[in-house]
Amino acid sequence: MEKKKMKSKAWPEKWYEVNPGCIVFVPGNAREYKTGTWRSQRPLWDNKKCIKCGICYIFCPEGCVRETEDGYFAADLDYCKGCGICAHECWPGAITMQEEGE
Amino acid sequence: MGKRVGMEVAIAAAEAVALCNIDVAAVYPITPQSHMAEHLADIVHDGRIDAEFITVESEHSSISACAGASGAGARVYTATSSQGLMLMHEILPIVSAMRLPVVMGNANRAVSGPLNIWNDHTDIMPQRDSGWVSMFAENGQEVVDMTIQSFRIAEHPDIMLPTVLNIDGFQLTHMIEPLEFPSQKEVDRFLPPRKPLATLHPDNPVSMGCFNMPDIFTETMKAKDVALWNSKKTIVKIWDEWGKQFGRYYRPVETYKTKGADTLILTMGSMGETASLAVDALRKKGVPVGLVKLRLWRPFPVEELRAAVKGAKTLIVMDRAISFGGAGGPVATEIKSHLYHDGKRPRVVDFIMGLGGRDVSVDDFIAMVERAQKKKDEGYEYYGVRE
Repeated sequence: MEKKKMKSKAWPEKWYEVNPGCIVFVPGNAREYKTGTWRSQRPLWDNKKCIKCGICYIFCPEGCVRETEDGYFAADLDYCKGCGICAHECWPGAITMQEEGE
Repeated sequence: MGKRVGMEVAIAAAEAVALCNIDVAAVYPITPQSHMAEHLADIVHDGRIDAEFITVESEHSSISACAGASGAGARVYTATSSQGLMLMHEILPIVSAMRLPVVMGNANRAVSGPLNIWNDHTDIMPQRDSGWVSMFAENGQEVVDMTIQSFRIAEHPDIMLPTVLNIDGFQLTHMIEPLEFPSQKEVDRFLPPRKPLATLHPDNPVSMGCFNMPDIFTETMKAKDVALWNSKKTIVKIWDEWGKQFGRYYRPVETYKTKGADTLILTMGSMGETASLAVDALRKKGVPVGLVKLRLWRPFPVEELRAAVKGAKTLIVMDRAISFGGAGGPVATEIKSHLYHDGKRPRVVDFIMGLGGRDVSVDDFIAMVERAQKKKDEGYEYYGVRE
């Protein structure tokens, strides 16, 4: 029972729950950690200016910018850290960074 | 039991490694460890063992190659000395944090500068806090035995930590001693194949060496600390097993003629042999002196040391390293710290001596015992320094 409970934990809480050597046995579980909580600014796309070149998709270091069904681009805000690289690289100026909470 | 052979200790260390069924060795040669590196390379080249010898470009690479190979499940060995160990420094805590059972032999040599290639303990002391099991050998036979034991200790499922065996440079590495080698069959009985907790393999993906955020790093550090402390009881068990199988017993703290002694000399490594001769000479004159030898440096054998020094009035600690501008030699500092709260404890006299290969003779030990009787304070002192 206790073991089952521990297994379901995404994150060890107590020191003795840390795997020896911090080995991660579940591939791809970094996905469970939402880096979007780090963000203080979010990218906003103005699709009127967007030429669908995809440079934001190429430069996003987090790999969280995806192409949408209609060919424009958007960031997955679960993971977007708000670094602003997409806005910096967008040469048609379609992306602006907006303060969170505004 | 194998036959006795006369052999240089550095060569013997490589021969002992050859008995341990290693998969990978990544060793960069450095004085006074070079014969270990060269002879092990010969053994692999001659096809005497089925292992990879990686000729790395530096010690930073040798320890890194060992970490990678160990992560892949291999039994690995490396050896170094002084500046080489300093270059490994960055990687050492990573190996222990990843709980990789890398085995190292360190031919103790002074750290530059000025450049000096001879023996003292200034190379291992800066590695003190890296989370490795750290042991000292006193003579050639212990180097052979403890090299084999190191693999068993490092890989034991209750330990899973890297080990470093300290072998005094020249004083030990370049001695030719009569040595007894266990047979391959005997070593195989003592040292089973490694059973890693996890290995790096595409069929069963795991991640090793992942980063820690501030909300888990402290927990990880405590887990590492506890793992190192807990290793002691298993190390003692392994040493008992060795003793039963080979008749040579090893203890975290060893004593010589301590019964009834009011003054104790404490040494680590090869000095123990000379110190025991000084104890013999002083005992003959009726001076109640005994000898305490620290075999295990990390984890520090607190209870064993406390038991060994119980009842003594003066404990003379021989430090072959110094923490500049600090509390003195690392060994005495450690001991003082552990005994601080003890109501009845010996006065600790700390001598910094035997630096950079300066010989410490029987007469020197006798002179230090005499000096310790006159010394009133517990501050450290350089023995034998020209003033």
